[in-house]
Amino acid sequence: MKKQVFDLSPGSRVTGKWSGCTYTIIKKVGAGACGTVFLCRSHQGDTYALKLGEDSSRMMLEVNMLKKFSKVQGVKLGPSFVDVDDWVDVSGRTHPFYVMEYVEGTPVTEFLKGKTKDWIGILAIQLLADLENLHKAGFVFGDLKTDNLLVSGSKVRWIDVGGVTAIGRAIKEYTEFYDRGYWNMGSRKAEPTYDLFAVTMIMMEMGHPKRFEKGSHPQKALENKLASSPILKPYRRVIQQCWKGNIQNATQMKDHLSGVLMKRKSPPASSRQRRVHNKKSENVELAALTVASGVFFAVSIVSFFF
Amino acid sequence: MKPGRLKQILLLTDGCSNHGEDPVVVAALARNQGITVNVIGVLDDRQSGKPQGLEEVESIAEAGGGVSQIVYQKSLSQTVQMVTRQAMTQTIQGVVNKELQEILGKKQTIEELPPEQRGEVVEVVDELGESCDLEVLVLVDTSASMHHKLPTVKEALFDLSLSLNARSGSNQFSVYAFPDPKKTITKMVGWTPELGEIHGIFSKLNSGGYTPTGPALKEALYAFAGKPLDERLRNEEDPYEETGF
Ligand SMILES: Nc1ncnc2c1ncn2[C@@H]1O[C@H](COP(=O)(O)OP(=O)(O)OP(=O)(O)O)[C@@H](O)[C@H]1O
Repeated sequence: MKKQVFDLSPGSRVTGKWSGCTYTIIKKVGAGACGTVFLCRSHQGDTYALKLGEDSSRMMLEVNMLKKFSKVQGVKLGPSFVDVDDWVDVSGRTHPFYVMEYVEGTPVTEFLKGKTKDWIGILAIQLLADLENLHKAGFVFGDLKTDNLLVSGSKVRWIDVGGVTAIGRAIKEYTEFYDRGYWNMGSRKAEPTYDLFAVTMIMMEMGHPKRFEKGSHPQKALENKLASSPILKPYRRVIQQCWKGNIQNATQMKDHLSGVLMKRKSPPASSRQRRVHNKKSENVELAALTVASGVFFAVSIVSFFF
Repeated sequence: MKPGRLKQILLLTDGCSNHGEDPVVVAALARNQGITVNVIGVLDDRQSGKPQGLEEVESIAEAGGGVSQIVYQKSLSQTVQMVTRQAMTQTIQGVVNKELQEILGKKQTIEELPPEQRGEVVEVVDELGESCDLEVLVLVDTSASMHHKLPTVKEALFDLSLSLNARSGSNQFSVYAFPDPKKTITKMVGWTPELGEIHGIFSKLNSGGYTPTGPALKEALYAFAGKPLDERLRNEEDPYEETGF
């Protein structure tokens, strides 16, 4: 639990004790509970993120996860893994470190500034698409929170895989606000629904940037906060369905959200809306997920009708 | 490789001991008996700065081979769960390190292995943490200054059971309070796999103006009841006199 922040000045060199690979520090990009992350340049001139820490076991578990997801073909789940080693500093102390892809992006809250509320749905859908793959591979993200997300090229990406847990095991790392156990809404077993709850809380946070506490009636507090946010109005039903346990996997939730975005795209004709909604609306997903132009299109139409 | 059943005492307090034997010594004895002692110092949410006497928190945990942390009430739940987890990992790593030394015949720890092998060993440690059986005896200081913090303590214990029961290994919890004028510690909850139903707990407390942390810890050692080790201890006059190290 000792927190150590490293301040390596730009130009410092970190050399691996086992492989001899050297990385030159460019700047510090962030610090977390178990380490400090730097932007660095490799010997070959490529830029990467380098995480330097203290707890070698914990770092190694993270590395194992990164490696695992570099192997999942086709889809990118988390930053790709580059290198792992130990660095002996001038005073002779050994520090474990690892190197991964540098994800250049904007924090979610910053990204959302000045954007329409449809982006809440779109980001959630993107996140759910990644979760869908992760769950299929047999894992749950665990510590899902805005701090662990970056928006890079209008696409949300997660960066800290330290909380990823095999389905069926116990969640070891969580942040209370996003944890269903804290809200009295379920266990801390790693199940896909654990992540889905966290997605609803990320959406809640977008509606209430100040966050809030559970008080003596956690579920009531959630309901009230959901009802009191105009931004979340379109998503209210989906979020409630998720809390009630009526949504069991990422695909379902994604489809529900796509339905919401789609519904507002078509003119009021309730009978037709239902059909579109039920047809899984693959078109919406395409529009929302693939290219920026598609997204713009959807957004402008939606804001027109709203 | 199996570390067997992990045993922990979790001490929740907000002050320094001022009565009876030295808790640091008792914690060292506990460690010697294979019981890890973790300590959490609970601060008032309004309190600013570290109050005096809480250095003891760290010394007790260190002697007991455990983990210590000083926290504000509002982070108690998350800390209790984290401290317990960390101590488990620490104990398992200790066992694994010993095995490594036996296999490799030299002083070698997990941290010193090349990354490839280290990666494999940490998976084993992680797996053991998920599957091992665990016994936690929670020892709560209920002296006057702790009274208003007890609802938070109760919540944190419920939360602890929620966290640990998500594991595949089995859990046993018990809760004791101190001081108790007659028996030093009072049993609040007997060994149980879940701390969900602890409504009436801490309702009937009597606390004097003293904090006998050492004697309370020693009673807690005895309270690992029904275990063979304990039977043996009970039959001796003062088992700890002879342990001398
Ligand atoms: N691959 C990466 N690319 C770009 N930035 C990164 C990358 N990894 C981490 N960061 C930055 O560094 C910060 C800290 O990293 P990270 O969250 O991994 O640390 P941590 O110690 O695991 O933190 P915690 O567990 O408390 O969330 C992040 O918030 C992010 O800003």
